[in-house]
Amino acid sequence: MSAAAIPVEQIKTITMSIYRYDPTVDKKPYMQDIVVEIPTDKDIMVLDALHLAKEQEPSLSYRRSCREGVCGSDGMNINGKNGLACVTPLSEVLKRGKITLRPMPGLPVIRDLIVDMKQFFDQLEKVKPYLITKSDSPEIERMQSPEDREDLDGLYECILCGCCSTSCPSFWWNPDKFLGPAALLQSWRFIADSRDEATEERLDDLEDAFSLYRCHGIMNCVSVCPKGLNPTEAISNIRNKLLTREKS
Amino acid sequence: MLVNEIINAKDLPVMEFDGIIVGGGGAGMRASLQLAESGLNTAVISKVFPTRSHTVSAQGGITCAIQSDDPDDDWRWHMFDTVKGSDYIGDQEAIEYMCSEGPKAVFELEHMGLPFSRTEEGRIYQRPFGGQSKDYGKGGQATRTCAAADRTGHSLLHTLYQANLKAGTNFLNEWFAVDLVLNADKAVVGVIAFKIETGEIYYIKSKATVLATGGAGRIYASTTNALINSGDGIGMALRAGMPVQDIEMWQFHPTGIHGAGTLVTEGCRGEGGYLLNKDGERFMERYAPNAKDLASRDVVARSMALEILEGRGCGPNADHIFLRLDHLGPDVVHKRLPGITELSKTFAGVDPAVQPIPVVPTCHYMMGGIPTNINGQVISVENGEDKIIDGLYAAGEVACVSVHGGNRLGGNSLLDLVVFGRAAGLYIEDAMKQGVQLKDASSDDIDKALERLNKLNASSEGEQVSVLKERMQQNMQNNFGVFRRGDLMEKGIDELSKTREEVESLYLKDKSATFNTARIEALEMQNLFEVAEATAITANERKESRGAHARDDYTERDDENWLKHSIYFAETKEVSKRDVNYRPKTVQAFQPMVRSY
Ligand SMILES: Cc1cc2nc3c(=O)[nH]c(=O)nc-3n(C[C@H](O)[C@H](O)[C@H](O)COP(=O)(O)OP(=O)(O)OC[C@H]3O[C@@H](n4cnc5c(N)ncnc54)[C@H](O)[C@@H]3O)c2cc1C
Ligand code: SF4
Ligand code: SF4
Ligand code: FES
Repeated sequence: MSAAAIPVEQIKTITMSIYRYDPTVDKKPYMQDIVVEIPTDKDIMVLDALHLAKEQEPSLSYRRSCREGVCGSDGMNINGKNGLACVTPLSEVLKRGKITLRPMPGLPVIRDLIVDMKQFFDQLEKVKPYLITKSDSPEIERMQSPEDREDLDGLYECILCGCCSTSCPSFWWNPDKFLGPAALLQSWRFIADSRDEATEERLDDLEDAFSLYRCHGIMNCVSVCPKGLNPTEAISNIRNKLLTREKS
Repeated sequence: MLVNEIINAKDLPVMEFDGIIVGGGGAGMRASLQLAESGLNTAVISKVFPTRSHTVSAQGGITCAIQSDDPDDDWRWHMFDTVKGSDYIGDQEAIEYMCSEGPKAVFELEHMGLPFSRTEEGRIYQRPFGGQSKDYGKGGQATRTCAAADRTGHSLLHTLYQANLKAGTNFLNEWFAVDLVLNADKAVVGVIAFKIETGEIYYIKSKATVLATGGAGRIYASTTNALINSGDGIGMALRAGMPVQDIEMWQFHPTGIHGAGTLVTEGCRGEGGYLLNKDGERFMERYAPNAKDLASRDVVARSMALEILEGRGCGPNADHIFLRLDHLGPDVVHKRLPGITELSKTFAGVDPAVQPIPVVPTCHYMMGGIPTNINGQVISVENGEDKIIDGLYAAGEVACVSVHGGNRLGGNSLLDLVVFGRAAGLYIEDAMKQGVQLKDASSDDIDKALERLNKLNASSEGEQVSVLKERMQQNMQNNFGVFRRGDLMEKGIDELSKTREEVESLYLKDKSATFNTARIEALEMQNLFEVAEATAITANERKESRGAHARDDYTERDDENWLKHSIYFAETKEVSKRDVNYRPKTVQAFQPMVRSY
């Protein structure tokens, strides 16, 4: 929250400066200013403001689904920082009555605020993001102590929004080789699961120079994650695991 | 061929699969998993990336007698509660199947990796939910809802996506299904769908099409549902001449956050939270002396609405109720209900460990839907007889199998998704092995399924989607809400029928083929409208009060005339009745009783 932020009560109209690009119509991307009237008696979310903008400009395109920060659809770059539009209150990002929205950086733009997430999901698939077990399943559930289950807190909640990976410089430069914070967090989610029986194989897959080691601990990922997760910590946990394995 | 051209069957490319699942939520991905694991070439078509489906929002848990909290728990008790909760119009064969097969389906989810919360013994954690009892209602509150903190839907949906990746399911992500393709025998032989990103359009052909498109809460102005819940499957089925069943039955969840509509789970009350009116009174003690705040949802929602109507609501406008949790202490609130803490802070500006959450009854769940049998096969009704539609299946919220009848119990939807998604998959697997013969669709048949798109593309004037949507949502909210009355409903129906023409000839200004969300919203609006009209007409026809359907002009349950499913066809706009199944296979049927909590 910047000191320049104007309290919402005093604002009737705001200017939304929005990245526009439809490859079938536009030669190149441009920023469009859309003036939107917002209610003065209550705070609204950036997503609500986008809906108001879309009523004026039905061609404006963005993804959204749950509107409560759990589905991961509406990651976008809000005033230069990645976040979810649906849980970002306008009052926190409005600067002198203005807000700037761009697509998440580093991925190809399909249209307006919509990016092509293929590279992001391809990297996720590489970490085998599913439980691998070799022993037979019991008749009932597998047992897991509350302590072992607690190891998954801060990992399983990821909503695959992409805010982290698209703010990570290492991912921008090598999106095909460096797995990126989201995929690595998921990798650790399964390594950390007491029920998973493929730790060695998972670690083997991460041994090359790029997949993991391109992370330089810049922590951009941590500072933008809307779920408060900590990919950097997950990455260093994997590193430690690899190190102790080498020693023994 | 692109979605913004004049599209005709002759030039339309075809894709073929053994089985196609329209919908990548919990029901769709459980069905696809079954098919993919059996080696069938299976595709999931989803208008959003699967983990963005509405199932991700489910919080409280999945109800099932897995005997973790109580080793003596019995699926028959769960069945009793579900029948009673349904106000006796749930089909008992289906409920029996769900409750008895449930444990298997839940353990399978755990084996796939679902991160359930745990008990000290290492078993799956269960919490109490509304309408649950031991010993057929005689043994007090049961504790039967299996939970992963308050993020059970998220955990379930991601786990199913992960399992499908492992099984090699084909995903057509961000593809939009427009309409069903029927052959000369009126069997379903696939769908028309387009890739949202590029606008490439295809006839996707299959001998087994499963509709798993979820709910349609967006027909109301205030709802807990995701923005994408537009009842597309219902629209497709109604346009293809199939009926919907019990579509007037809409659940209003007691605790939607005032103003925002976002849900806070019944698990809050399961963990010990309770409701207060402006006098600080725990008013549920008056309405449901035994179950109190954990009475069935319809009962709690009505009690809250009455408190507000009678002037005992909270806040400056006396228009909401308080949900109190702070007495549980920050440990319980933050550990068991972390997602609720987050949502309350974001959407109500309160920390529930300190302050009460302002809540109101909010549209939440569609009990009705496309009638099916327990194999997921879609049923139509001809001359009063059930008739199976070849090639078409439905599962999840879009379907009405019917396990929820007039009122769904909390945690029973997630169970419904996995039990009947799995059952449909098992049945299709078997049918494919036996061999399925269906006539190919002709060009004319396919052209029929393209009409709606072509009309939209040709539009040069007409009303905007946002205007029509708001009008419909207000109408539904005002005239078909928690309490209903004949004269108001008739007014509402009138308004809808005046709007139909405008909805069918909507104006699509932006004709781009590239990720055109305006086109999607227009197609969704037409589906929402079908659901709204079906709801309105059927609600007016059911002249009694049962489950979630509470009428001021017919206040009593009328078992003599209405211990029945309603059946509605869009072509005739007529409502008929269908028998409720009272023939469970292994237990005695539960007969209707007075429903008190
Ligand atoms: C806030 C909230 C909390 C809830 N909590 C619980 C709970 O704790 N326990 C419980 O049992 N139930 C709960 N429910 C109910 C339950 O979550 C839903 O009923 C259930 O998730 C519906 O699942 P589904 O698979 O049928 O559909 P959805 O998950 O809604 O999925 C529908 C799918 O269909 C696709 N689709 C739709 N139309 C098209 C189209 N035209 N073309 C292509 N794809 C399409 C969508 O992309 C999506 O993948 C809750 C509901 C809400 C609203
Ligand atoms: S800490 Fe690593 S993963 Fe996170 S942003 Fe920095 S380089 Fe990327
Ligand atoms: S780690 Fe956080 S920012 Fe990254 S994808 Fe997951 S939820 Fe989004
Ligand atoms: S719309 Fe789902 S996270 Fe924002």
